[in-house]
Amino acid sequence: MKILVCIKQVPDMESKFKVNSENTWYDSGDLAWRMNEYDEYAVEQAVQLKEQQGDADLTVLCIGPDRVKETMKKALAMGCDRGAHLQDDESHKREPLEIASIIAEYARDKEFDVVFTGMQSQDRGSGQVGVLLGEILDMSCVTTVIEFGFEAGEIKVKRELEGGVKAKVKTTTPAVLTCQLGLNTPRYPTLPNIMKAKKKELLSSPAADLLKVDSRQNTQTMYFPEKKGVGLVLEGEIADLTDELIKILKEKTGVLA
Amino acid sequence: MKALLIAEYRDGKLLGGNNELMAFAEKIGAESTMFLVGNESALPAYSGKLYLADGNECGEYNPSVHKDLILKVVEKEQPELVVFSHSSYGWDLAPRVAYAMQAAQVSEVVDVVDSMPVVPVCNAKLRRNVKVTTAKAVYTLQAGAFSAAEEPTGTPEVEKLNKDSEGKIVFEGYEEAEKGGVDLSKSEVIVSAGRGVGKPENIEMVAALAEALKGDYGASRPVVDAEWVEHNRQVGTTGQTVSPKLYVACGVSGAIQHLAGMKKSEFVVAINTDKDAPIGEVADVLVVADLKQFVPALTEKVKSL
Ligand SMILES: Cc1cc2nc3c(=O)[nH]c(=O)nc-3n(C[C@H](O)[C@H](O)[C@H](O)COP(=O)(O)OP(=O)(O)OC[C@H]3O[C@@H](n4cnc5c(N)ncnc54)[C@H](O)[C@@H]3O)c2cc1C
Ligand SMILES: Nc1ncnc2c1ncn2[C@@H]1O[C@H](COP(=O)(O)O)[C@@H](O)[C@H]1O
Repeated sequence: MKILVCIKQVPDMESKFKVNSENTWYDSGDLAWRMNEYDEYAVEQAVQLKEQQGDADLTVLCIGPDRVKETMKKALAMGCDRGAHLQDDESHKREPLEIASIIAEYARDKEFDVVFTGMQSQDRGSGQVGVLLGEILDMSCVTTVIEFGFEAGEIKVKRELEGGVKAKVKTTTPAVLTCQLGLNTPRYPTLPNIMKAKKKELLSSPAADLLKVDSRQNTQTMYFPEKKGVGLVLEGEIADLTDELIKILKEKTGVLA
Repeated sequence: MKALLIAEYRDGKLLGGNNELMAFAEKIGAESTMFLVGNESALPAYSGKLYLADGNECGEYNPSVHKDLILKVVEKEQPELVVFSHSSYGWDLAPRVAYAMQAAQVSEVVDVVDSMPVVPVCNAKLRRNVKVTTAKAVYTLQAGAFSAAEEPTGTPEVEKLNKDSEGKIVFEGYEEAEKGGVDLSKSEVIVSAGRGVGKPENIEMVAALAEALKGDYGASRPVVDAEWVEHNRQVGTTGQTVSPKLYVACGVSGAIQHLAGMKKSEFVVAINTDKDAPIGEVADVLVVADLKQFVPALTEKVKSL
């Protein structure tokens, strides 16, 4: 069995963001980078499927500048066999169709049976790449997966719907699954596995060679939303803050009456 | 401008997002038609043309069948815009329809400015205006971003559609949400633990504050996913919808899916080390502090009142 997992490197969402000089994206300086949260579940599920299958081969793919290799190493330490880094300093400008198209061209002749992606990236958050990949390669795709099973050539998953309801769905390989939070418990790479990962294949090649579509959208401007919050911001010493808050709660809510 | 609105139906019922689609069409001044895989016994209050396919025949989740039906309507109506809710139905189907239409797809639209869709970036800390360069576009709308002033009325003019394709995906039915345990929807005070609590042991300090305030404790999703707190205490789109007199969010960033579950609270206090956390947008009071110090200190003072 051949498995592909697509991951994205994103900034820590608690970072202080700045808009870049072109006003089209956030500035990439001074940010701490990590694996897109949704993709951690995708990697874990891919590794579990590989372990279940025994003779499977698992590739982790990431499009982005050289720094993304750090994040790919984490995926290798979690258990992926090899890394395909599709080098692209402009990846932040690429719309989901372009990203999906690059992945599709990479995957086209490689006959992956199962492809895992996150259901969305934390920064761009379009939730499109996995579905578009499925459309381009004519593979079936199930989104928002929170339970995954593979038996006798059949994929059985649960999709998460609103209000905690789940839809039970089955399909066959080849298939793309987009992974939702809570699908599994992503493992922490152990020190021996981190060491082992250093010896694994991690090849870089230019993403531009694989880009076969024109973009259909771009960012006109990026900006901070106007603060609507009319709320009060309290800062200072803990003791003063607690007193102030208690006073407010007494005045404004019936709770401490 | 012509828009095709994709309504939603699940398990015998129409879903609420349909009214928001109509409100959106009205806001941008579009002429609209509607599409639904559903049932004649539950039609949306909509005065326009509705293309209806039968949910029993087509399956309630069968993306390629639904896609083909939508494409038939697109062919006939030639809309410039196809509009979905940004929901488990919409985000699954919209890219498929857009790909077939060779149209740009813009996800989670929260506003339209100078005819450009506006979408959130980085957990709503930033926004961007999107320039679509194709003649046609497909949007998904963030839940709650467009709401109608009044409940829509009217009866649609129905045209039925039959499916003429089979999908590769087999829908085997629904599994209901877990029931039982606490019912936060009745709580008057809720203190919620977000990922900012850092470790499972710290749930206790959140629970202690809830007790001191004679309320219940809740949690955001990552805390539930990590199994630090049971699922029936999760607040948000995939958990409980709550409306207490007081909601205290401890270490919760304020993602849209969390806000959707608690924004009807009467008074909201947020405790967060990040002054720019989006929860500030709905908070009446944002206390910029480390919850590990602030929460126990507050609990002590409340107890001594
Ligand atoms: C389809 C879908 C459905 C979802 N449904 C839900 C849902 O029902 N409910 C839900 O909650 N989420 C839901 N989510 C997830 C949601 O998008 C967010 O990922 C989640 O709400 C984030 O939880 P959080 O705020 O606890 O964590 P984070 O976003 O990680 O925020 C942690 C916060 O804690 C603060 N912090 C850190 N340390 C401290 C400290 N010491 N003291 C004080 N503050 C601190 C940080 O500044 C940050 O703001 C859903 C997502 C999707 C895609
Ligand atoms: N630059 C990238 N490289 C590899 N995979 C990506 C990239 N961007 C997005 N993806 C994958 O597509 C998913 C959805 O992303 P998005 O459509 O941007 O929300 C992510 O969770 C990743 O699995």
